[in-house]
Amino acid sequence: MNNLLIWPVALPLLTALLALLWPSRSTWIGVAGTGLSLLAVLLVSRQVVEAGSIELALGGWAPGLGIALRADGLSLLMLLMSSLVAMAVAVYAIVYFSQSERRVEFWVLWLLLITSLHALFLSGDLFNLYVTLELLGMSAVVLACLGGSRESLGAALRYLLLGLLGSLAFLMGVALVYAGYGTLDMAALGDVIEAGPTAWVALSLMTGGLLIKSALFPLHFWLPPAHANAPAPVSAVLSALVVKAALYLILRLWLELFDGVVNRSAAEILGLLGAIAVVWGSWAALRAERLKLMAAYSTVAQLGYLFLFLPLLAALPEGAGRDVALGALVLLALTHGFAKSAFFLAAGVIMQRAGHDRIAELGGTARALPVTAFTIALAGVALIGLPPSGSFLAKWQLISAVFVTGQWVWLPVIAIGTLLAGAYIFRLLGYAFAPGEGVGPSLSVGREEIPAVLLALIATLLLGFWASAVWELVPITAYVGGGVGL
Amino acid sequence: MTQALIYALTGAVIFMLGVRTTLLRVTLLHRILGLNVSGGGVFLVFVSLGYRGDTALTDPVPHALVLTGLVVAISATALALALNRRLREMDDE
Repeated sequence: MNNLLIWPVALPLLTALLALLWPSRSTWIGVAGTGLSLLAVLLVSRQVVEAGSIELALGGWAPGLGIALRADGLSLLMLLMSSLVAMAVAVYAIVYFSQSERRVEFWVLWLLLITSLHALFLSGDLFNLYVTLELLGMSAVVLACLGGSRESLGAALRYLLLGLLGSLAFLMGVALVYAGYGTLDMAALGDVIEAGPTAWVALSLMTGGLLIKSALFPLHFWLPPAHANAPAPVSAVLSALVVKAALYLILRLWLELFDGVVNRSAAEILGLLGAIAVVWGSWAALRAERLKLMAAYSTVAQLGYLFLFLPLLAALPEGAGRDVALGALVLLALTHGFAKSAFFLAAGVIMQRAGHDRIAELGGTARALPVTAFTIALAGVALIGLPPSGSFLAKWQLISAVFVTGQWVWLPVIAIGTLLAGAYIFRLLGYAFAPGEGVGPSLSVGREEIPAVLLALIATLLLGFWASAVWELVPITAYVGGGVGL
Repeated sequence: MTQALIYALTGAVIFMLGVRTTLLRVTLLHRILGLNVSGGGVFLVFVSLGYRGDTALTDPVPHALVLTGLVVAISATALALALNRRLREMDDE
């Protein structure tokens, strides 16, 4: 029982209502709400580090009938990522939306998005997860069409319809789980689910639904237009956080609830799709003519890497080796979250200054916007996986897991993906450092450039040097046993 | 159990029909309606899960879940319809 757990969800929700009631102050309420939820997450994290995992039964109703909120190492890391990225993006959004007439709508939806993300990461109940998925999807869709253009509305509607299809498939899986086991509480389900037709169909339906939302190849087609046409702060959170929420659920389902049901061949199919996503997404990013489209395709590729881990995790025996691989997966997801949000914010700065984001016309960026060019380079280091970024360590572990399990097929995929990532980042930097007047002559450092560079520094330096904390927090077997073993 | 099973299977079929429409139709309105139909299928499955025989009381949990699901489905449909209308207005201009 721990009342602290309610605050990361309740604070952004309350401030969202406040921002709606008091539109003239919405900017400050929005930033304060984001800051307060970050504070709540930090308080929760202190407790989780001390106690292992904590739980709260809402309203005193026992889990099973009531709704349980739970936090363990994995959910804590996702919470920390989402609230830190949200804070930086909120500071950027003050400037981005200062002149916009959509300001009030943005801040209300922004706080609702944070509410649903935090609720999703803390939820310990399958049906509640469905509700948070829908809330997340709806707030993300409305945020994605705030730009108001024909393309962004079309992309947002497609995103909404596919997202709804995904959550309905997930809900059908939830119904089957309830039919089979009579409970939706994840802690109780972890022990009772065993291999059989019910579990297979339920897992396939839920995974299929989540794969749409996490944009795994070939279900990725909605992502690039939706992410590239949204306003820059929104693209940053969509690419960095919202797709990660579905991935987080896949991890929970595959490794925790259905760990006895998942077999090698199912994991290998997902790994194969991930491999195609890595190569195809990187190639499309290399060919992209617009900066934000390039970033969106790069997200498709980076998500592919995360799915490459699944066949390796399925092949590794339970124990230290598997925990190391799982920690590397989470580290890669976190690094990508910080790096990609930094990248999108930098792209937003360039786009506002230059009025376009055509890569071939970005000459002079490095001279006019040195801090932003530095941000792109730093985020690029993390996207390629060069040392000292967190993704370097994660990819190192990925390759060593490939060696240990003898699944050599993945090795060329990792190599090609990394080379292509190097190619698209250096292509962009080549244009940015070329002489030209495409971005204008300004030499000043705007305050909208600072959040992006901080996010990129977290991805390349902080997660690289303090990566051991991720490995200490991640083993999620602790969740099932009620918080021992951390 | 057979009676509940018939309802559950019907729900599954309705779900599939809705998914088929959503994936195969091109018109956006058809797709939104298809999603609603498949949502109805899922809810029918949930409702039939509550049945515990003619004498026993029904299980209230799935019914509570359906109520929540209906609220979510209505708001999602409203959002999709609003977006769809906006798109058509833009096309007309």
